[in-house]
Amino acid sequence: MNKVINNVTEAVQGIEDNMTLMLGGFGLCGIPENSIAELVKTGIKGLTCISNNAGVDDFGLGLLLQNKQIKKMISSYVGENDEFERQMLSGELEVDLIPQGSLAERCRAGGAGIPAFFTPAGYGTEVAEGNEIRVFNGKPHVLESALHADFAIVKAWKGDTDGNLVFKATARNFNPMMAMAGKITIAEVEELLPAGELDPNEIHTPGIFVQRIFQGARFEKRIEQRTTRTK
Amino acid sequence: MALDKKGIAQRIAQELRDGWYVNLGIGIPTLVANYIPEGIEVEFQSENGVLGMGPFPFEGEEDADLINAGKQTITTMKGASFFDSATSFAMIRGQHVQLTVLGAMEVSENGDIANWKIPGKMVKGMGGAMDLVASADNIIVAMMHSNRAGVSKLLKDCSLPLTGVACVKKVVTDLAVLEIKEGAFHLVERAPGVSVEEIKSKTEGSLIINGEVPEMSL
Repeated sequence: MNKVINNVTEAVQGIEDNMTLMLGGFGLCGIPENSIAELVKTGIKGLTCISNNAGVDDFGLGLLLQNKQIKKMISSYVGENDEFERQMLSGELEVDLIPQGSLAERCRAGGAGIPAFFTPAGYGTEVAEGNEIRVFNGKPHVLESALHADFAIVKAWKGDTDGNLVFKATARNFNPMMAMAGKITIAEVEELLPAGELDPNEIHTPGIFVQRIFQGARFEKRIEQRTTRTK
Repeated sequence: MALDKKGIAQRIAQELRDGWYVNLGIGIPTLVANYIPEGIEVEFQSENGVLGMGPFPFEGEEDADLINAGKQTITTMKGASFFDSATSFAMIRGQHVQLTVLGAMEVSENGDIANWKIPGKMVKGMGGAMDLVASADNIIVAMMHSNRAGVSKLLKDCSLPLTGVACVKKVVTDLAVLEIKEGAFHLVERAPGVSVEEIKSKTEGSLIINGEVPEMSL
């Protein structure tokens, strides 16, 4: 089934004000940077963005924040971003912080048809306030619900025309679960191949979870913390 | 003399056992990887999705797609694997990771830990810390005994918002190794040249001292 669209402009068609988006990535690693740049151009506002992080001031989701297009962030860690801090402290931006494992599992659950699950994470802390608690095997657990999105936007290393995806190294992170949880999932890839070119044994995300796929025009792949050792 | 951060990491490294999968947090815990005892093989997990994490890359060999949970560029060891975030936390919640080492702002005598939020300051988020402390069976906290203002970080009750309750089993500080059990800190070892009196005076929570307390050997 051919999922290929021509370009990033077609990719983000149908994304409207006040929608909920999932965006893959951990820090700046594995983020759909072409689609984010296009969303900035559209000027769509009032977005709820589910993403582990919120980018940095001038890259990733930071670009949408600068443009005041985000109403609410659902994340696990949002440091490294001055504009984010300013908007959060001034009350312009709503922020929902969720333990990272719960965030990943809530996305997975959303895509897997599981409405909620119990996890030990956050028990006894403020993130569990208002959630049902139940004891299993003598240990208290917190009820967490599935997350869904109008659009999920993910980034893969290689993809094929059927929408099958292969990720590279730790750029996989949240992308596979978010691909499952979007009503419409957009995949931007570094290399788009004809169906049959990827080994079916090595596909990470099967094409059933992807509705639109395109090859990104340019990937900057910025490094957030360049750390090296000397020879 | 009190230990420096490297010393704390060196002492924690003595807790490693052959065949363990280990998750190291940001800060002092990261340094533990530099002191793996000879003859022991461990694999480091980073919760963004890698097992078999290696040292930082040489200059010019950085890969934007290969980072650790601190967003630093890394390398991998032979036998490494990559996985998504849900699988990563399945390893953690499912107790497949044998040891978690992380930093803290406060630890209480019943094993509560606070390390993610200071009221009135910018909240950055908990990242994976809440999942790690709620799930891991074996958690070691690496931290200084007192904060910069000289106030004890080993308390009766944490004053900061909690990351997890009754989960920390062991604390290694610049002054001592302490086990947490039955609602108290038990002094196991002292840093070289540090007196029991000093540790006592810098520990606000209940401190149990049984007989002679040996010095750490580093």
